[in-house]
Amino acid sequence: MYKNNEWAVEAHGLVKVFGDNRAVDGVDLKVRAGSIYGVLGPNGAGKTTTIRMLATLLRPDAGSARVFGYDAVKESQIVRQLIGVTGQYASVDESLSATENLVIFSRLLGLGRAEAKAKAEELLEEFGLTEAAKRPLKNFSGGMRRRLDLAASLIAQPPLIFLDEPTTGLDPRTRAQMWETIRRLVKTGSTVLLTTQYLDEADQLADRIAVIDRGHVVAEGTVDELKTSVGTSSLHLRVEQASDVPETRRTIEQVLHAVSGVSSEAGVITAPMANADLVTDLLVALRAKGIRLAEMSVQKPTLDEVFLTITGEGAKNKEEASA
Amino acid sequence: MRTASVKAGVARQLKNHTSFGQSLRHSLTMAYRGLLKIRRTPEQLFDVTLQPILFTLMFTYIFGGAISGDVVSYLPVIIPGILVQTVITTSIVTGVQLREDMDKGVFDRFKSLPIARIAPLAGALLADTIRYTIATVLTFTMGYLMGYRPDGGLEHVVLAAVLVIFCSWAISWIFAFFGVIARTASSVQGISMIVLFPLTFLSNAFVPVDTMPKWLQWFVNINPVSHLVTAVRELANSGTAGWDLGISLLGAAVIVAIFAPITVRAYMRRT
Repeated sequence: MYKNNEWAVEAHGLVKVFGDNRAVDGVDLKVRAGSIYGVLGPNGAGKTTTIRMLATLLRPDAGSARVFGYDAVKESQIVRQLIGVTGQYASVDESLSATENLVIFSRLLGLGRAEAKAKAEELLEEFGLTEAAKRPLKNFSGGMRRRLDLAASLIAQPPLIFLDEPTTGLDPRTRAQMWETIRRLVKTGSTVLLTTQYLDEADQLADRIAVIDRGHVVAEGTVDELKTSVGTSSLHLRVEQASDVPETRRTIEQVLHAVSGVSSEAGVITAPMANADLVTDLLVALRAKGIRLAEMSVQKPTLDEVFLTITGEGAKNKEEASA
Repeated sequence: MRTASVKAGVARQLKNHTSFGQSLRHSLTMAYRGLLKIRRTPEQLFDVTLQPILFTLMFTYIFGGAISGDVVSYLPVIIPGILVQTVITTSIVTGVQLREDMDKGVFDRFKSLPIARIAPLAGALLADTIRYTIATVLTFTMGYLMGYRPDGGLEHVVLAAVLVIFCSWAISWIFAFFGVIARTASSVQGISMIVLFPLTFLSNAFVPVDTMPKWLQWFVNINPVSHLVTAVRELANSGTAGWDLGISLLGAAVIVAIFAPITVRAYMRRT
């Protein structure tokens, strides 16, 4: 049906430079049709810029992006017929009502007057917004706005949907609802590419994840693959003598066979803990070397650990900067 | 949530360009959006309602005696002049509002939709002709109330009104361009006023040209605003159409031909 039915998105070496800031610096992505793909990264990592280039909103400075085989720059008008975009900030018209918004977008997408009205009503009902349909959006809550935004992206039933941080700023209940909606989308055959700052969101939804940091993809794989590389939990250690930090890290490397990181605040050493049993060995080894611990805790993986572990380079740079 | 409408891969025809008919339909839909916005926030019509009333009253009674001897004989001179000046000034708002509008997230959606690139701009400009119409009707009404009886008759007054509205729409492309390239809405206002003030005042809109110094006459006579004012005077006051009408229409067409493409290009480049 399309030029390429296997890959919904293929990006090679995407680059976008704003002034002297290389916001996106050679990103490669491949998203299989019919899957949920998560792009994970902190603020300013280049997630939104990447999505904007894939969605034809921004012209890449270098590299290529294809959507179902169509070039995002040269065949942008075709790409726009295949995608739905839901931005980080609701991309709906504040001064109009929910119905008016959906009717206008439907009309723009080529639906007739009556069809557009029917479509708007149908989507409002699906997203539980019927009661608020006539109210101006100014009085909408953040969750309602996001739902309307997603509804607007679905008018044309696009095979690929971009969701830029779909749940940032939503309360836990609305967030779970949003996840449910996204899952349902994929069951009907859509491909979803979403960005998120939350590891658990990627965990809940995505089949594959790319971790982006400072404009680079620093890791890519299935959720399980990534988790294994991070360790299911992580060990946090603080030593009494700051001078013991290098020796402690060497010990961790020997015993746990993993690279540790040092967070900037007060020399907390973080190490992935794939096997809890090995921690006993580590503690014994530290005692044998006479290193005294001030604090020890175990934490479930957070985005920070993903970065500290995956971006070994980044961690080293930080360490040098703070030393 | 029912799943009926959430269905991917509906058979669709893929084309990499939009036809003229589609572009027109998209623009009209965007104009409809503009009208809805005006209906939701009627307070933005304050300027087009108050300015014609205020300016017509002020200028007529202040200058009437000095320039034409009395107020009534000044009316055929000032009403077309003030009409052109007022309506063109309202077209600045188009650029300002476009700038404000573009900063909102909804423009991202417009950009990501498979619609004609010109539609969001053309639609906004088209919707604003309603503002020019209000200003035009009010200015003529004020003139009528003060005793202006144009000899051209109603049909020529209507023609003159359409001419002014069309030319203002053409000129609004200039301000739309400023709106697209400027950083903030207030800077659009600033640049536009600097361009527009000399154009509207250094014209034959308020006073006879032969009272001005020679070097100024030269500019006033080539000023397109003067031609538009003359064309409106001829149409409304004597029901005739001359050179000035042709020049005005040509000027309007040239402005659109230049500014519409560069505005759309600047709009596409802006992120």
